[in-house]
Amino acid sequence: GPLSERHLMDVRLGELPAWLATCDISPQGLLGGIQKAWSSYYDKYINVKRGGPAGISLLLAGYCLLSYGWNYQHISKSSFLASV
Amino acid sequence: VLHATRPLHTTQQCLAPLPPLPEKGGEVRHGLIPEEFFQFLYPKTGVTGPYMLGTGLLLYLLSKEIYVINHETVAAACILTVLIYGIKKYGPAVGEFADKLNEEKIGRALAVKNEAIKNLETAIEQEKKEQWRVEGRNYLFDAKRNNVAMLLEANYRERMLMVYNEVKKRLDYQVAMQNLKRQREQDHMIQWVEKNVIQSITPQQQKDSITKCILDLKALSKSAQAAV
Repeated sequence: GPLSERHLMDVRLGELPAWLATCDISPQGLLGGIQKAWSSYYDKYINVKRGGPAGISLLLAGYCLLSYGWNYQHISKSSFLASV
Repeated sequence: VLHATRPLHTTQQCLAPLPPLPEKGGEVRHGLIPEEFFQFLYPKTGVTGPYMLGTGLLLYLLSKEIYVINHETVAAACILTVLIYGIKKYGPAVGEFADKLNEEKIGRALAVKNEAIKNLETAIEQEKKEQWRVEGRNYLFDAKRNNVAMLLEANYRERMLMVYNEVKKRLDYQVAMQNLKRQREQDHMIQWVEKNVIQSITPQQQKDSITKCILDLKALSKSAQAAV
C-alpha cells in the first residue's frame, strides 16, 4: 500500500527516511504513536488467557537497558575501579 | 447462512460481543527475545544465526568496555539466578491458580447469563399462554350475554306478576263492592218487608190466627189419637 500507512516492519531500508517524513511529529501524533505501540504490545503479550514470563520480563529488560544507557557516563568513569 | 455478498465490517467496530482473548501470548525464546527475531534471521543465517549474533555482540560490548563489569554485574547475576530458579519452580503453580480464578469469574458470568435466558424463556412461555387465553374470550362474552339476558327475563316476569296481582286486587275490590251493595240492599229489603208485615198484622188478625191454630191443633190431636 501507500508509504504512510505501512507499519515500521514492512518498510524497506531504502524507504526509511521517506517513511519518517510522513509520520506525525506533533504532540498528539507522538502520543497517538506511543498509545498504539503500547496497546499492540499489551494485546500481544499481556492481554491473553494464559500468559507466560514474556509479559513483564520484556518490560524489565527494556528498563534495564534504558537505565544502563542513561547512566553509562557515570558507570564508565574508572574512578571507583581504583578502590577495588 | 452467511450471505457473502453483503460487505462485512463496514461500520465502526462494535464492542459486543467482544472477540475472545487469544489463548497464548506472543512466543518468546529464553523468556526475553521474541520468536519473530529468530524467524526474521532464519532465511539468511539459519538456526544458529541469532545465537552467533548474540555472542558476537556480547564479546564486542565486553571487549570495548561498553558494558563494564563491576559490583552491579555480580548483583545482577545473583538476582537473575534467584529469579530464574523461582520462576522455574513455582511458575506452573501460579499459572494454575490464575487459571482457576479466571474460570470462576467466567463461570459466574455464564451463570448470570443462563439465569437471564431461563427467566426470559419462562416469560415467553407465559406470554404464549396468555395469548392462548385471549382466544377464549368469545366463550366468556357468550356466557356474560346469557347471564344478562336471563336477568332481564327474570325482571320482566317479576314485573308482569306484580302488574297481574295489582290488577286482580282492583278487580276483586270492585266485585266485593258490588256484592256488598247487593247484600246490604237485600238485608235492608228483608228487614223492611218484615217490619211492614209485622206492622200490618192487626190485633184482630192475630186473634183469628191464634184461634185457627188452636182448632187445627185440636183436629190434629184427634187424628193422632185416632191413629194411635
